[in-house]
Amino acid sequence: MGTGAETAAEVPREKPVLALVPRLRGKLVNAIGIFLLALVALWLIINAVKDWQQFTIVGLNGLTNGSIYALVAIGYTLVYGILELINFAHGDVFSWGAMVTSTIVVSWLGLTTASAGFSLWGSLLLGLLGAAAFCAVLNMGVERVAYRRLRNAPRLAPLITAIGMSFILSNAIAVFYGFDYVSTEPLLPTSAVFHIGNQAYGWDKLIVLLITFPALAMLSWVVKQTRWGKAMRATAQNRDAARLMGIDVDRAISFAFGLGGALAGVGGFVYFVYFTQARYDLGFRIGLFAFTAAVLGGIGNIAGAALGGYIIGFIENFNSGLTWHAPGPNWTESLVFMLLILILVFRPSGILGESLATRS
Amino acid sequence: MTSITPEELIGPVQASPERRYRQWLIAIVVATLLVIYPVLYHHFLSNVATNWLPTMSTAFGIAAFTVMGLGLNFVVGYAGLLDLGYVAFYATGAYVAGWLGSQQFAQVTVNVGGTGFKGASGIHLNPWLIILIAAVFSALIGVVIGIPTLRLRGDYLAIVTLGFGEIIPQFVRNGDNLGGFNLTNGSFGLNGIDGLGFGNTLHRWFHFLPANFLNEADATWYYWSALLLVGLAIGASILLRDSRLGRAWVAIREDEDAAGAMGVPLMRTKTLAYLIGAFWGGAAGCMITLASSSTSPQAFSLQVSIFVLCMVILGGMGNVWGVALGGALLAYINYQGLYAAGNTFNNVFNSNVQIPEYSYLIYGILIVSFMLLRPEGLIPSARRRLELHEEEDETQAELAETAPA
Repeated sequence: MGTGAETAAEVPREKPVLALVPRLRGKLVNAIGIFLLALVALWLIINAVKDWQQFTIVGLNGLTNGSIYALVAIGYTLVYGILELINFAHGDVFSWGAMVTSTIVVSWLGLTTASAGFSLWGSLLLGLLGAAAFCAVLNMGVERVAYRRLRNAPRLAPLITAIGMSFILSNAIAVFYGFDYVSTEPLLPTSAVFHIGNQAYGWDKLIVLLITFPALAMLSWVVKQTRWGKAMRATAQNRDAARLMGIDVDRAISFAFGLGGALAGVGGFVYFVYFTQARYDLGFRIGLFAFTAAVLGGIGNIAGAALGGYIIGFIENFNSGLTWHAPGPNWTESLVFMLLILILVFRPSGILGESLATRS
Repeated sequence: MTSITPEELIGPVQASPERRYRQWLIAIVVATLLVIYPVLYHHFLSNVATNWLPTMSTAFGIAAFTVMGLGLNFVVGYAGLLDLGYVAFYATGAYVAGWLGSQQFAQVTVNVGGTGFKGASGIHLNPWLIILIAAVFSALIGVVIGIPTLRLRGDYLAIVTLGFGEIIPQFVRNGDNLGGFNLTNGSFGLNGIDGLGFGNTLHRWFHFLPANFLNEADATWYYWSALLLVGLAIGASILLRDSRLGRAWVAIREDEDAAGAMGVPLMRTKTLAYLIGAFWGGAAGCMITLASSSTSPQAFSLQVSIFVLCMVILGGMGNVWGVALGGALLAYINYQGLYAAGNTFNNVFNSNVQIPEYSYLIYGILIVSFMLLRPEGLIPSARRRLELHEEEDETQAELAETAPA
């Protein structure tokens, strides 16, 4: 009589083995991610112990390179935060910044290596402001011409347009400046600030930081403290609500583009005076690195973009500058893009960001 | 009965018999003209001295790139996944051609129906087989790239594919010393790759079939081979478009969440789009390499990906005929049109502007103006046009409602 009930109890409840897979997968993915991070940390520590002087100087160089990525990355993040658009043309706005700097500083003001004192610093300041203003206007123009009409179109449309704008901007540089490198004599003083062992840390690297940090601080102030910044943040949060509150959404978006463009201009200026050369297709690589930086930090998050920029700068320099088992400069791009893919797979929200990757 | 028929929403789903008949007639006429084009060119048109008419090698390039456009159309046009790294599959196909049809791996001597001279060291497979292997291998790479990335949406997917499109050329450039093994011959690339051909045996039996197309006076046979590939790609496009899979792609393109809720397996469907797109990319890349007999990492820039994307956009995303036309048009412009236009321009204005140098400026302007003015492309697919103008229609409907009667 009771056998039926007994057999029913004896039959083990079917364990849905496959149902475990997603949960396991989440853990597995995390485990792999932590393992990779630990591996990188270990590699860094071994390198630091083996040759700490080289390690420090390479790290400081990374800070300088990272500054440039940070400046450009913020432009991506500002625009993405407000429009959810990857502004592909941003990298080329950056190259325009470098090119305009060359025109102002070298062609118009005639700076040379010999320049010093007021003529050097005054001209550099003019170049900085000129590049920033030009790129701000350029970026706003790009938005006005190419993106505004597509604000309600399917998402792919503005993205494709952005790619087109990127090609137009970079090739327009070729039209005006040619396909070859535009270069200059070294303008910044390269004498040593201090020595670590027998390695010198030059003034030019410090000057890059001295330009970048105030620019970042100013950006932070504009976004956090001013009415314009507030309007921009409100628009990013909820465009319709912002409009109902009386914010001119179009102007707020334009402002975001202008702000990002100005920072890209500063970045272009810094790049040109530090590396002393630039070419029409410069923006492609820098733009991709900066975009990676923005994603790394959590796209839409300004502090994250700056942080991501510095991390990319460190990766680039550690990879090419360290001696113990570094893949070498030939692999830098692959490493950065691998990182991008890994982040998007493991932690799409980035280091500081909220979850955005699955928003459609 | 108040149900709305599909016809009321998007017009006739299937063309009327007469229209279908007419369409097929046009297709057959165009196909015939394309097939006999080399004959026309050699016998009649080559006397008409003009540099506007596509030469045989241009015609081959047009056909091969059209295959790539059709391949990318599966991904971008049908499934709505923006792929900016399509050049990766071109590269894969190209290198498979090199690995299996040149002296790259001189350590071994394998010859299975190769068209090169007998007894050459290295691997020499039959070139037709190589194309198939290249396509399948690229499809595999497509799956490998797709599985981690296709969970991402829209622009994130775009940027990741772009990353892959950059990693693969760099891998190729640095692949001459992978733990001491020379896989890709670095930035020199692979040279001396066997050409496509019918092989000596067939050549002996049927004398008009050339043993190796590379020994022919011009690229006529290559053009015919590529045209065959175009035909296959168009056939696959049409068959798959009207299949269950094709409808699943469209559903995902229009609304991924809704498609998932309706039971469309998202990952599998998207991966299949990727796989099939990669398949044709690899086949076309392989064929281009077999025709030029060499390949190098310089050929695989982002610009190629964008160029192929342009074909899809210009022609009309999702429409096979549109993409074929757009692809042919752009490839023609790229191979010959810009040079011809530049020469004419310079002759007329007595100037010396290198117009082809600025090709990407022109493509950029093309992309932007098409997206702004005619996002549905030259020959739009009816459904895609509806999607692209959805917002406008809604606004107009709202306006009509609010307008005073």
